[in-house]
Amino acid sequence: MTDTSAETSTRPGRLSEFWFYFRENRGAVIGLWIFAAFAFVALFGPWIAPHDPTAQYREFALLPPFWQEGGNSSYLLGTDPLGRDMLSRLIVGARYSFFVGIVVVSIAASGGIILGLLSGFAPKWLDTIIMRIMDIILAFPSLLLALVLVAILGPSLTNAMIAIAIVLQPHYVRLTRASVLAERQKDYVTSARVAGASKTRLMFITVLPNCLAPIIVQAALSFSTAILDAAALGFLGMGAQPPTPEWGTMLAEAREFILRAWWVVTFPGIAILVTVLAINLMGDGLRDALDPKLKRS
Amino acid sequence: MLNYILSRILTFIPTFVGVTLISFGFIRVLPGDPIIVMAGERGMSDARYAELSAQYGFDQPIYKQFWDYLTGVMQGDLGNSFVTKRPVWDEFFALFPATLELSICAMLFALALGLPAGVIAAVNRGKFFDRALMSTALIGYSMPIFWWALLLIIVFSGNLQWTPVSGRIDLLYYFPDPTGFMLIDSLTSGQSGAFKSAVRHLILPTIVLGTIPLAVIARQTRSAMLEVLGEDYIRTARAKGLSTGRINGIHALRNALIPVITVIGLSVGTLLAGAILTETIFSWPGIGKWMVDSIFRRDYPVVQGGLLLIAVMVMVVNLTVDMLYGVINPKIRKR
Repeated sequence: MTDTSAETSTRPGRLSEFWFYFRENRGAVIGLWIFAAFAFVALFGPWIAPHDPTAQYREFALLPPFWQEGGNSSYLLGTDPLGRDMLSRLIVGARYSFFVGIVVVSIAASGGIILGLLSGFAPKWLDTIIMRIMDIILAFPSLLLALVLVAILGPSLTNAMIAIAIVLQPHYVRLTRASVLAERQKDYVTSARVAGASKTRLMFITVLPNCLAPIIVQAALSFSTAILDAAALGFLGMGAQPPTPEWGTMLAEAREFILRAWWVVTFPGIAILVTVLAINLMGDGLRDALDPKLKRS
Repeated sequence: MLNYILSRILTFIPTFVGVTLISFGFIRVLPGDPIIVMAGERGMSDARYAELSAQYGFDQPIYKQFWDYLTGVMQGDLGNSFVTKRPVWDEFFALFPATLELSICAMLFALALGLPAGVIAAVNRGKFFDRALMSTALIGYSMPIFWWALLLIIVFSGNLQWTPVSGRIDLLYYFPDPTGFMLIDSLTSGQSGAFKSAVRHLILPTIVLGTIPLAVIARQTRSAMLEVLGEDYIRTARAKGLSTGRINGIHALRNALIPVITVIGLSVGTLLAGAILTETIFSWPGIGKWMVDSIFRRDYPVVQGGLLLIAVMVMVVNLTVDMLYGVINPKIRKR
């Protein structure tokens, strides 16, 4: 590969090099496809769904999926205890999980990166203060802290997202700080400093792009954590509130019917599992593709 | 070495104070006046309100309140539950054995399956076994455990009727609980069938709570084994003509266990978070269910005290793991 690039004098772009390594991992590619489908459903859900997700067809309550006896082909995955179409609720529910993932990762990552950069460049006392605060947040089991934060803020999906973002943030701070400390020693940073680059420029333009690889991997992994935690909060009644078709909330509503109607419990769970699994597969692939230590030269 | 331990303990103190500050602040940033909440639906007279305010110290300046809280915490005084009126400290330690028993069983389950799975996967790297085991581990790692619990209940309690759905033991058994561990107490009670009932109640919660640690341990063991198997001393052992079983079991696994032990220590937080969901679903009378119930009942002293005790427990375990790791691996100490 180096030979050809020397001849044509153009190194393959970063993106194509990344894609080359990412493609090697079959699981990651499958994960990417499932994730793409998930994103598509999240964006266009209300137009794909065959029924209104909150419409109650009372005469068809607790209808089994179409392949079972008593099923109805206009409600492919059956209906819930209030007669709402399961498939439509699952499809529209995708956007809540997707939204949770995007918002939580954006808040946690941007806040965490800024704090981590600050911590890495700041005088020792500020660094110590920031890291101690992060230690304090990390001392609480994440779900418990999120639960208590939601209890303070009031149960809703927005508050659940804020709580989860706060809980996930310290991981970004630690990760960014660790890579900043490693990068700061290197010659290119020194030369930029000698050339008169300001501190902000050093932080965001010189150092940050070289710290991004582990942060991107962390972003993928915390996307799935965010979805799981939001569903768990919904399940405990502290996330999205009924009748929102959020997957965790759907499971909570279905709990009392578990022994009578397996489908109301099974499908939302499968939706969560498949989505989280796809993102984790993708995250593993990202890690392998971005971690130079594991690259074959 | 002593310096290392001292420096670890020194960083522990500000974190402890911070955690106390958070649990102290919790009750004060909540919407609504805690004393009004305590009065409940009946309301109370102004005189009674002033009296209770003084009794709980809410009329003091905020720094004085924090100081009183901190000194109270150091003496094991976390206030009383609004609901039961019993000290939070006593309630916590009455329920804690149930959570501990469940967590220990879950961890043993995770180790018993996770370690062999990791070793088998590493030894068969890239082959069918490796792929199958690691795919399963990734599924376990991605599992929404609250759903997993419901599925297991449908299959094993609903369809097969093998296991009970909730609680720690059948209601027809009653015996004193000197240790708080149902497995031990039911055995020493001498009642026939009690132990069996306790075990049957424990199976599903153990599997549910152990699933994520199991997946993490399997993945961690595999990568640690792979790293160790590439070392020179393994090649030496192989060159000496030792059997593969001996190399993998004795030379490799022992060294691969060091990072795995750290993972086990650090998963205490994961276990406690998982216990919240597991205990709620299986009506397991432990700390997790107690916290969730208290949040819903607005029993603020319990939430406050439980939050603090759980955080301190996680911190102490992490500190211990850090120190043990320093003892095992001298490189860490020099940081």
